[in-house]
Amino acid sequence: MSAAKSAVRSGGGHDEGDDVGVATGQAVAGTRSVAGTRGPVLGAPLFEYLLRLGDDRLILGHRLSEWCGHGPILEEDIATANMALDLIGQAASLLQLAGEAEGQGRDEDALAYFRDGVLFRNCLMVEQPNGDFGQTMMRQFLFDAFSVLQWEALAQVSHTGVAAIAAKSLKEAKYHLRHSSGWVVRLGDGTAESQARVQRALDSVWRFTGELFGRDAVDDAVAALGIPVDQAAMKSGWDAIVDEVLARATLVRPADGPMQRGGRTGRHTEHLGHLLATMQIVARSHPGARW
Amino acid sequence: MSSTPPTPSGTPSGAPADSHWPLWEVFTQGGQGQPFSHAGSVHATDAEHAMQNARDVYARRGEAVNLWVVPSTAITASAPSDAGPFFDPGNDKAYRHPQFYKAPRGVKVL
Repeated sequence: MSAAKSAVRSGGGHDEGDDVGVATGQAVAGTRSVAGTRGPVLGAPLFEYLLRLGDDRLILGHRLSEWCGHGPILEEDIATANMALDLIGQAASLLQLAGEAEGQGRDEDALAYFRDGVLFRNCLMVEQPNGDFGQTMMRQFLFDAFSVLQWEALAQVSHTGVAAIAAKSLKEAKYHLRHSSGWVVRLGDGTAESQARVQRALDSVWRFTGELFGRDAVDDAVAALGIPVDQAAMKSGWDAIVDEVLARATLVRPADGPMQRGGRTGRHTEHLGHLLATMQIVARSHPGARW
Repeated sequence: MSSTPPTPSGTPSGAPADSHWPLWEVFTQGGQGQPFSHAGSVHATDAEHAMQNARDVYARRGEAVNLWVVPSTAITASAPSDAGPFFDPGNDKAYRHPQFYKAPRGVKVL
């Protein structure tokens, strides 16, 4: 454990240089500063790992909640808000577990509302703006396919806390995937307008998909703690789901170009700050408020 | 009047016409063995879509263990004007009701 932790802190000892890892010496070491900040310093591997799981759901849940009252139709408004609540519920469980792992007395609310952007560990995909409904559903589909596979893998691990959350969340994620893949097919195989829009959405969000299957020292360290996940197997499972749905949707899978990454170590796009400002303002303006 | 182009989403009363997707009636079953009852309706493009919308609108809080969705156009309904001939004759004939039987103990759903 201590060896694993020091590997994370030093950023060494990992096979980097492939297209799914963090770059040598960057961010993981905590020595490279991010414009005007002290730069990300990673915590203990289990804490970091649970933040990654939880922050993905928290941020995507918040993005989906932005549709509340703006859905294209009443039924979809309810469905989108419902999925947002599922994701925020998953995030609450994961961040609670993260707080326990950290052992500093922070609960899920403290982690969600009183952490700044560079301390968030979500992937870049989930913080991107919603765009039109087709773009939201495309991002949702690509994440849902990943999420189902991730929960399936995590439901099998020996870490009981993680396995329990995974078993419960898997059912929700399967429903989300059914819903979002239905929309991808409906819009892709729809009118010329809907197909063009959703293809554009796919092309624009594709550069964020590589980060989903990244593996770094944190993953190696938690594998030793009873949370081993085979990213390569997840990637091939994800490819199969994506290819099957895109084929039915008559959409063209983009080529794998350069992939954007950085969220796992706190280097986010500018969109996260705006999202957090909205998400955190009430809790920060009225700390400890209850209703 | 004739110079005004027809507005597809307008009605004479000024209320917008229902320009949404086709309507589906939703039936939920509260528990195994219980009858399905009408919960309401949803708009949807196809049966699978209707099933998902029905789930999200009428079963997201654990209200159901099964769902039916039926195109609203597939339902033949009695008209309010049928109420007299259809239903009034049943009101004053007690012998039509099997009310002199006792339900066996243990039967919860009848």
